[in-house]
Amino acid sequence: MLDWWYIIVDVLLPFHWMSHIFMKNALLAILLVTPLFGMLGTMVVSNRMAFFSDALGHGAFTGIALGALLGRIQPIWAATVFSVFFAVIITIIKNKSKSSTDTIIGVFSSTAIAAGLVILSYGGSFNKYSSYLIGDLLSITPSEILMLLGAFAGVTLLWMISFNKILLVSLNQSLAASKGINTLLVEIVFTSVIAIIVTITIQWVGLLIINSLLVLPAAAARNVTQNVRQYHCVSILAAIVSGIIGLALSYYWNTATGATIVLVAAFFFFITLALRTRFTA
Amino acid sequence: MINEIRHNCKSDDDCGGLCCTKIENFGVNIGNIKILENVNVHIHCGELTAIIGPNGAGKTTLLKAILGELNHTGELKYVDAKGIHNGDPLIGYVPQHLDFDLGSPTSVFDIFMACRTNIPSWIFKPRSIRTRVEVSLAKVKAEHLINRKLGTLSGGELQRVLLALALDPIPDLLLLDEPVAGIDHNGLELFYSTVSELRKNYDLSIILVSHDLDLVARYADRVVLINKTVVCSGSAQEVFSDERTAKIFGMSWYKLGREIKLPSDNYEGDVKC
Repeated sequence: MLDWWYIIVDVLLPFHWMSHIFMKNALLAILLVTPLFGMLGTMVVSNRMAFFSDALGHGAFTGIALGALLGRIQPIWAATVFSVFFAVIITIIKNKSKSSTDTIIGVFSSTAIAAGLVILSYGGSFNKYSSYLIGDLLSITPSEILMLLGAFAGVTLLWMISFNKILLVSLNQSLAASKGINTLLVEIVFTSVIAIIVTITIQWVGLLIINSLLVLPAAAARNVTQNVRQYHCVSILAAIVSGIIGLALSYYWNTATGATIVLVAAFFFFITLALRTRFTA
Repeated sequence: MINEIRHNCKSDDDCGGLCCTKIENFGVNIGNIKILENVNVHIHCGELTAIIGPNGAGKTTLLKAILGELNHTGELKYVDAKGIHNGDPLIGYVPQHLDFDLGSPTSVFDIFMACRTNIPSWIFKPRSIRTRVEVSLAKVKAEHLINRKLGTLSGGELQRVLLALALDPIPDLLLLDEPVAGIDHNGLELFYSTVSELRKNYDLSIILVSHDLDLVARYADRVVLINKTVVCSGSAQEVFSDERTAKIFGMSWYKLGREIKLPSDNYEGDVKC
């Protein structure tokens, strides 16, 4: 199914680390997932939702646990439904109670992760699921890549349609409301999309670091950009480059791929932080 | 386009006192607490109505209720001179500049794109829209700011950009949430003189939620003092010379109101204060 891709990679990247099929699959997955994270991350950071998206990751974990409990072969669909439900609930609660949202998010987040761990460890079979914590990008299969392609197309389309509304809500809710935007609906759509993306990628990236991948590229871009276009370009580029370099390094170092990618992204963040003053003048 | 035509009044008759926005019986409850009740305000076109009140009086709540952000009882009605357009007013809103996320990499042009179109500005930046935005910004003497990042604007500059945004399209009702701090004196002068000019040119109804009684005394046509409900309303002199104002804001404003003897002091008609 992906023969064309393997040929392209052999021609363009004739390196040792790219000689294995699983590395080629992982590279394609990275090229599909990291731009999404870079793109969604821009508004996660602008909305000050770093902690919130972390909670969404925990909700996704519970969803996967519930999916496993229901006993189907692919727990991914049950997980997606649950994590969207979870995202909608905490978005509504966050909007209804203006005070100390971080506590509320914290409560939901910890409840979700505890519930997930209890369900998955039931009967002492947790080891089977520990990959959800760290993630295993190299195990991705061609059919799963196809699913990522679908997600990539869907999110990109949605981002083109609804980006302006999301931007306005992130800048000032009242201003957005005065322009006739249903701010709660926009937030729910946005958080649901993040929940879906986090849920379907969590098994490859890992719960512990998935939020970093969402936050770091955008946070790096925010340091050095002046407008929305630059913000997107730098964030997406930082995400893709971190992904590729991280994949290569994890091959040679024999380390967890997701974590290595995050380390590279963090490196980019600190570079842009140092350059910050040059760009804000 | 329709809005712009409607506001280009050919004669005084078209823009007479008949056109107004009515806030009728507004009430807002948050949980079991009554924040506002029984608020009635009529705002005539071409007038600047200032809402004043102590902290916690419900000024911001009233603003959010008018915007539809908070559920409220009562009605908001717009009636124009010839009955061409009745019902929900088109609202323009100028938020406090401090409520903005100033670290966001968003340029002035980006925020206009976000308000006026569905074209994502991270992909396309059409020339035609840029020209339109420049025209809007020129109205508030801010066309040179189009490429600047929001966070690099001074308080006064951002306030003018937000005003241009609220005036596009020309609204029936303009809501101004006055900045508490962070704008220098010259910036405020420029802002309010621009607002005054626009009010005349476009026959705008303006509600100013104010924290600065000095500015209210100078620019407001009418003043409404609220504290959970409308305490009193009238001209600046009338409201400032009322005892209830003295109780809430202190004696200096009371004296100011008393000292300025105006014909309205002898007015025996419908003076509520």
